[in-house]
Amino acid sequence: MSDSPALADVIAVACAEAWRGDGEIFASGMGVMQMLGARLARATFEPDLMVSDGEAFYVAGDLPIGGTDKTVEGWIPFRSVFDTLAGGRRHVMMGASQIDKYGNSNIANIGPWAKPKAQLLGVRGGPGNTVNNATSFFIPKHQSSVFVPVVDMVSGVGYDRAKKIGGFIAKRHDLRRVVTNLAVLDFATPDNAMRLVSVHPGVNVSDVVANTGFDLVIPSDVPVSRAPTAEEMDAIGRIDPKGLRHREIPS
Amino acid sequence: MNDTRSKVITEDQAIATIESGMTIGIGGWGSRRKPMSLVRALLRSNVSDLTVVSYGGPDVGLLCAAGKVRRLIYGFVSLDSIALEPHFRAARQAGTIAEPVEYDEGMLQWGLYAGSLRLPFLPTRAGLGSGVMDVNPSLKTVKSPYADGEELLAVPAIRLDAAFVHMNRADARGNAQYLGPDLYFDDLFLGACEPGRRFVSTEKIIATEDLLKEGTFHTLRINRAMVDGVIHAPNGAHFTTCEPDYGRDEAFQKAYVDAARDADSWKAFSDRFLSGDESSYQSAVSAWRAEVAAAKEASK
Repeated sequence: MSDSPALADVIAVACAEAWRGDGEIFASGMGVMQMLGARLARATFEPDLMVSDGEAFYVAGDLPIGGTDKTVEGWIPFRSVFDTLAGGRRHVMMGASQIDKYGNSNIANIGPWAKPKAQLLGVRGGPGNTVNNATSFFIPKHQSSVFVPVVDMVSGVGYDRAKKIGGFIAKRHDLRRVVTNLAVLDFATPDNAMRLVSVHPGVNVSDVVANTGFDLVIPSDVPVSRAPTAEEMDAIGRIDPKGLRHREIPS
Repeated sequence: MNDTRSKVITEDQAIATIESGMTIGIGGWGSRRKPMSLVRALLRSNVSDLTVVSYGGPDVGLLCAAGKVRRLIYGFVSLDSIALEPHFRAARQAGTIAEPVEYDEGMLQWGLYAGSLRLPFLPTRAGLGSGVMDVNPSLKTVKSPYADGEELLAVPAIRLDAAFVHMNRADARGNAQYLGPDLYFDDLFLGACEPGRRFVSTEKIIATEDLLKEGTFHTLRINRAMVDGVIHAPNGAHFTTCEPDYGRDEAFQKAYVDAARDADSWKAFSDRFLSGDESSYQSAVSAWRAEVAAAKEASK
């Protein structure tokens, strides 16, 4: 393609990449971009992934987001989701209203828990997800009020806290990657502090630094997030024909 | 139907057994298959000071708005298609829920399951290391007695004084059926409840011999030994989903959220929809739908 890709398409691919190598597990996406990423990975380089309709069924084929004409290949009611995550056979991509250097995340509330300034969802399944199965994040607006030194409520367990628990949890604790509107980040550093992996086209490393409220690990050479392949663009078109991704990430 | 063994009662008869200070479990999930007609009847009652256990949706929001909740055991409160529940938010931000008990979703299942098995606790990893441990200082851990010696979170059993669930079909004795995609944890809510106040509202009361006409035996997860009262409540889950009988009334849910934005509009909403009995509610909803349809027609 001669045109430069839309940012939402680069991000869809960056989300999909979170599941590379995962094989035959449940790829679970909480939100439009996360679902697109899971289905895109399955449609292209990770064909054994299981994806759900977001309600209670595993679906085969490229179900469009919001689509109802589904080929059911299994049943995954909430009870089975809990069983699957406790068994470690799942990699979920969630959202986060706050996240810190070691990946402690917050979807529960802003301000003190006892009397929050803003009550959000509550911890939901975050505590169980993060100590049981691989977890990644998509954050649509990378800014210092989200990438904070300390989160107001730990709904998802980060590396420092997991290490403190030790044993089974510390050994398997697996926060995979954080995808934002600016960059891709991960925790592949000696002490699992957050690291900049790539910046999206047109974004400078300094933009990421300026919008992050803690010190990131920044390698000497930070590549640009890759563009979608032609095959991936076809799959994105099938999975998100209405272009819902552009509403989340305007170009 | 053998009438002498019928457990059919009304919402108000069920609610008449509820006393202030009790612990009430409410089935469904978020804005899905909630026993709303029972919640509405509870709103009309004088009981207060309740402990409510729920995968929360508008049930929790309405009970918070009515000031009936002293203690709330929850993992989230959400309207699904609208992420945040306005009354729950307002109550939390005003600090009017005296004792919020926030758990991981899986911990809540474990607490109900332990309660239904009459165990004191069940062990899990979900919750360890998270803020749930920080804000619930009474939670304790337990060490595996086996070679691994792992320290696990002991989720305390949740026992209920009353349980409300909504099913697609039931017979008059309480054998009940869900026809939608997910039972959620309705069986555990009934299981964790003391016999006497285990209530199932249902879209249709059918003859026992008809229970397998619309669904396979797999859908019969609630049996009559788990149920004390059956309430005929057509459209009783409104405005939440009750697949396949009906989906969520998204327009009404939006009107509910809009009305919650200030005291005046909430009073108007309450006066219109929540001041009478269940049949008044259903008539008011029908009239509202007709108005909305007429307004849409007029604007064409």
